[in-house]
Amino acid sequence: MKLSCNISVKHLTRVEGHGNINIRIKDGKLEEASWEVVETPRFFEAMLVGKKWDNAPYISGRICGICSIGHTLASIRAVENVFGMVPTRQTNTLRLLLKHMETLQSHVLHLYFLAAPDFVSLGSVLPLITSHPEVVQRAVRLKLLANDACDIIGGRRLHPTRTVVGGFTMLPEKEQLEKLKQRLLASVEDLKQTAALFTTFAIPDFVRETEFVSLKGTDSYPFIGGNLLSTDGLDLPEHEYKKMTNEYCVEISTSKWCRVSRQSMAVGALARINNNHHLLAPLARQVADQFGLKPVCHNPYMNNIAQLVECVQVVEDSLALIDELLGAAMLEPRQPVAVKAGIGVAAVEVPRGILYHCYDFDEEGRIRKADCVIPTTQNNANIHYDLNALARQCAGEGKTDREIELLASMLVRAYDPCISCSVH
Amino acid sequence: MPANLTYLGVELARPRVAFFELSSCEGCQLQLLNNEATLLDFLSLVEVVRFREGMTEAGDDYAVAFVEGSVTRADQELQLAEIRKKAKVMVAFGSCACFGGVNQLKNRFSDQEWVKREVYGDFHVDTQLARPISDVVKVDLMIYGCPVKKEEVERIVTDLLLGKAINHPKYPVCMECKANENICLFDLGEPCLGPVTRAGCDAWCPSNRMGCWGCRGPADAANIPQMARIMAEHGFSTETLLDRLECFGGFAAHVEEIRKKG
Ligand code: SF4
Ligand code: SF4
Ligand code: SF4
Repeated sequence: MKLSCNISVKHLTRVEGHGNINIRIKDGKLEEASWEVVETPRFFEAMLVGKKWDNAPYISGRICGICSIGHTLASIRAVENVFGMVPTRQTNTLRLLLKHMETLQSHVLHLYFLAAPDFVSLGSVLPLITSHPEVVQRAVRLKLLANDACDIIGGRRLHPTRTVVGGFTMLPEKEQLEKLKQRLLASVEDLKQTAALFTTFAIPDFVRETEFVSLKGTDSYPFIGGNLLSTDGLDLPEHEYKKMTNEYCVEISTSKWCRVSRQSMAVGALARINNNHHLLAPLARQVADQFGLKPVCHNPYMNNIAQLVECVQVVEDSLALIDELLGAAMLEPRQPVAVKAGIGVAAVEVPRGILYHCYDFDEEGRIRKADCVIPTTQNNANIHYDLNALARQCAGEGKTDREIELLASMLVRAYDPCISCSVH
Repeated sequence: MPANLTYLGVELARPRVAFFELSSCEGCQLQLLNNEATLLDFLSLVEVVRFREGMTEAGDDYAVAFVEGSVTRADQELQLAEIRKKAKVMVAFGSCACFGGVNQLKNRFSDQEWVKREVYGDFHVDTQLARPISDVVKVDLMIYGCPVKKEEVERIVTDLLLGKAINHPKYPVCMECKANENICLFDLGEPCLGPVTRAGCDAWCPSNRMGCWGCRGPADAANIPQMARIMAEHGFSTETLLDRLECFGGFAAHVEEIRKKG
């Protein structure tokens, strides 16, 4: 039993954006445990109002520096849904491949650079450059592969230049895809080594029952569009996303909070696997088994492992997508656009969870209203309540301040929060 | 850490650099991590004492401060003043810091209370107009771009280290675009701000068949009336021209002028 503790982490490091952790225990009682988001809002939903449809993906992609491709694709899908456009199979395949590569680069960044240092008692990955060069080189190799792939498909790894409403401005050369395939084949070994590395890490033992929300896969592991599914039993069409988010404001956070059936909810890799484990590709399933990751897993620290499993998943699926592209003649990259008035919603699984963009257009294709619901926005309340439960458990176990601070920081990092994105 | 760098046989001091972010997408900082091929070499050039997104250790002793993002809240003004006191060289890192970036798009609404209500309803949030950091402190060096181009960042940092003068290209993106032998987008029916935007990105967007939106701000002697004529001749509306000119804040003065003329 621990009688007192006072922890205040201002601007938690190794996460995107600005958030604080506060934990106060007095006379053995938990007085406060909170996740405070202090990021400055940028007001994207207001700045889009009055802008023409072609501005939407271009501007809203700038919500996030890590998953700009996901935002751009969600925005494009929302616009295309308003205009009643159905992308060609080739466009869908290329978009999914592009998204997979962003997922891979984002997960690798998180696993190696943001999360791993905690498990080896370091403040950053920098000391490993000299002590374990092969580990850093492996991380760099995987990230480089994924980013190079984003360049050849999306034109640019950050704030893509080829992705537009209707398809792509230009296509990758087949030769580039062939080379990418060879590099992806070679990366499987690196991913196996990554899994081996993570088996040496002690994942903290903490469980809090949670409602997990993600896209619902039908015949494949889902990433772009489809129904919305919660582990508490809700199954809704894409356009009813508001019922799956219910955003509201709270004093301690410039990011809104969300809830569905309970006090809070969670999205992300763990949510996706909890809802779609049966759709994992063979090798990804093996890695999940290796770590005993089975649905429904309620340990938030296991989101790290879920991301690792997804790295394998997206590589396996990308190989199939590339084979499909290589097996057919390349068609026109881009469809013409016919503007229509109306409301369109897109749900896309980005690295940190399900992302929604919704626009209301007038007859000339000018935005009357814009709404973006960010994965971390959906996770922030859950992080807060997890911290409460964790602080209670730690107090009961008599952990030291330092141990509690580390576990709390690792908990937040496990969600891989994208805080400036959640405030946008 | 890797050994120190030498230049002409002389060992160079690795400058202590720190990274800070105000209101931004943090993409410009990530561009550095995204440059895997030369990341490790780059890290041997400088000593990073603060990079919140990548490391827990946070040093307060630095010579070069890279500041990303624009100013949108009072506490950021204080933070900037503190950084300015410590840094010998203050770098505005990316278009948010240089011009206000996409963030300044909210400034175009005359009713800023509406802007707040549109996003937060009646809930109170602290915010101001989005401003470039040079509105608050003296800036020694601008690195343009949304996002910054990593090759350019590395070149600038190396020049800084060697004490070389840092010169941005004075000419527009069109020059780089022509050097890349691209088909001009106007001939493909697409608008482009290449004729007036400062080069240095190697015509990043036109080379991918997307028109330039002017993220690096105006080139020296940018001829905006001529740009307007080119757009009109190709059938693009003033709205299309303004959408692009006003996107990142670099052309704010020109936009105001066009709006005034109506
Ligand atoms: S300039 Fe662009 S890429 Fe850089 S921080 Fe601002 S929005 Fe992000
Ligand atoms: S595409 Fe743009 S940058 Fe290239 S030549 Fe034409 S106007 Fe200039
Ligand atoms: S082409 Fe224009 S918009 Fe694109 S990076 Fe260069 S300056 Fe920025």
